[in-house]
Amino acid sequence: MLRSLKLEPEKCTGCLQCEMACSYEQEGVFNPAKSRIKVFTFHHEGVFAPYTCTQCDEAWCMHACPVDAIVVNAATGSKDVLNDVCVGCKVCTIACPFGTVNYNQDTGKVIKCDLCGGDPACAKACPTEAITYVDADQTGLERMRAYAAQSAQISPGS
Amino acid sequence: MAHVIIGAGPAGVIAAENLRKVAPAAAISIVGDEEGPPYSRMAIPYLLTGQIDEAGTFLRKHADHFSQRNIDLVHDRVDAVDSEASQVRLAGGSTLAYETLLIATGSRPIPPPIPGIELDGVHPCWTLEDARNVARLATKGSRVVLLGAGFIGCIILESLALRGVDLTVIEMERHVVPRMLNEVPARLIEKWCAGKGVRILTATRATAINRGGSAAGLEVTLDNGETLPADLVIAATGVRPNIGFLEGSGIDTDQGVLVDRRMRSNVSNVFAAGDVAQGVDFSTGNYSVHAIQPTAADHGRVAALNMAGRDMEYQGSVIMNVLATLGLVSSSFGMWNGAEGGDAAELVEADRYRYLRLQFEDDVLVGSTSLGLTQHVGVLRGLIQGRVRLGRWKDRLVADPTRIMEAYLAATRAIGANRRIL
Repeated sequence: MLRSLKLEPEKCTGCLQCEMACSYEQEGVFNPAKSRIKVFTFHHEGVFAPYTCTQCDEAWCMHACPVDAIVVNAATGSKDVLNDVCVGCKVCTIACPFGTVNYNQDTGKVIKCDLCGGDPACAKACPTEAITYVDADQTGLERMRAYAAQSAQISPGS
Repeated sequence: MAHVIIGAGPAGVIAAENLRKVAPAAAISIVGDEEGPPYSRMAIPYLLTGQIDEAGTFLRKHADHFSQRNIDLVHDRVDAVDSEASQVRLAGGSTLAYETLLIATGSRPIPPPIPGIELDGVHPCWTLEDARNVARLATKGSRVVLLGAGFIGCIILESLALRGVDLTVIEMERHVVPRMLNEVPARLIEKWCAGKGVRILTATRATAINRGGSAAGLEVTLDNGETLPADLVIAATGVRPNIGFLEGSGIDTDQGVLVDRRMRSNVSNVFAAGDVAQGVDFSTGNYSVHAIQPTAADHGRVAALNMAGRDMEYQGSVIMNVLATLGLVSSSFGMWNGAEGGDAAELVEADRYRYLRLQFEDDVLVGSTSLGLTQHVGVLRGLIQGRVRLGRWKDRLVADPTRIMEAYLAATRAIGANRRIL
C-alpha cells in the first residue's frame, strides 16, 4: 500500500520543526532554508500551511530532466533525484508547476522531497499531527491531485 | 504499424518510449545522424566544466535501454521525405517506409555572416563533436572570444569562465539574453559577470575574423575599432530548425514544421515535435518554435499518443527558460515582456542581485522574469499555465511579488484540506 504525506494546515502552528527535521535528515544541518518541506504563512488568515511535493503522477520534473536524473522509487512511489547523475541544469525547477523542486546553490544540484525513503522525518517531527504519513487513499491525495490538475489545466488533453 | 522517428534528441526519444508503452507490437525506429547513443545538448556545458564525462550527457544511462524496449536506433541521415509514398530516403541511398513519421530533427546553429567565420579555430558549441573541439582549445589562459550572449551563449559563458580561459563576450543587441529578460535584470547579469572578470561588450558586432600574426592565433575585428586576439572563437549567435531536407516533401513549414494541437502536420501521417516543430503557443495562441526541453518532452508524448491512434490534444507550450550565469540564476516564463493592456508588479533589489517581475492580464499571471530566485520558481509555471484567477491575491502580489507560493496555495486550494481556511 503506497503511503503519502497528509498535510493539514488547520493543525499547523508554524513551529517549523518539520523544516528543521527535513534539513537535518537530508542535508545534515538545522537550516529551514535547506528544507524540502516548507511552511507558508498567511498572516491575514492566521494560518500556516505546510507544503511539499505530492509525488504527482504527471512527474513534470522527471519528464523534463534531460539526463534521466529523476526516477520513480518503486518502494514508495516518490520521484527521487539521483545526485550523481543530476548536472544542475535546473530545468526541473521551472518544469514543476507546484514549485516543489528547488536548486541548492551550495551543491549545484536540485533537491526535492523523497519521503525520506519511506520514513519521512517531517511527519515524525510534527508535534501536532499537521503532517502525517498515511495510506494514500486516506489522504484524499487523489482528489487533491485531481483538483490541482483540473484547476491547473496542465494535463495535455481536450 | 511501423513508426519512424527522425532525430535522436529528447523529443524523438521520449516519443519512441511513449509509443512503445501504448503500442507494444509496433516497429519503432529512430534515425539519428550523430555517432554514439542519444545525448542531451543541454548537458554539454557541464561536460565542458568536467563535472560529467560524455556518458553523463546520455539521455538514457543504460546501454540496453533502447534494445530492451525494442526501439531500433539507426545511425544514418535522412536526406528527403516522400510523403506520398510514405518513405524517407537515407543518405546511403536506401529508403525506409513508415506508416507514421515523426520529424524531431531539432535545430542547428546558424553561423553569423562574418568574413572568416569558416576559419580553423572558429566553432559553434552545439554538438558533442563541437564540445570536443571547444574543450581542446579552451584551455587555462587561452584567449576565447564568444560571439553571442543569448541563452546558449550565456550558458557556455559560465563553462568557459570555469575552465579558466581569458574570455571576451560580444553581443550585438543592447543587453544580454534579449529574448529572455528585460534590461533591468540583464544589466545586473552584465555587472555580475564583469565583477567576476568576464568582459561583455554589448551593442557590439564582430565585423571580421582573420588569421593573426602568431602561429595558431586569430584576430577578431569589432565595429568599435578594437581587435581582439583569440585562440578560439565560439559562434553562439542563434539556432534554426532543421527543415531543409523537407523541401519538396509536401510538408508545410514556416520557421519550423507547422503542426496542430495533435502535433500533426498538413500530411495526416506526419508529425513533428521539439525544436523543429512550430506548434501552438499557450500564451498567444500563435504558432511558435519553442526550442526548450519541457516543450520537447510534452511534444514527444503528445505526438506519440496520436501516432498510435489515441486522440490527444495539446494545450500549447509555455515558453520558459532558466539560466545560471557564473552562479547567478535567472528565469523567464510565458509573456515575460507583458501582455497588451496588462499590468505588472516588480521587485528590484539591485545590490542583492535580486529581481522579480510579474506580468498580469486582469487577475491572471501571464508571464514573469526573475533573477536570484531559486526557491519555488516552478510555481510561476503553475500559475500561468493554470490560468489561475488570483482574486484578492493579485493585490497582495503587487505589494509583494515574492509571495507566489502563498498565492498559488490559496488560489488553487492545492492542499486538499485547506479550502475552509485559506
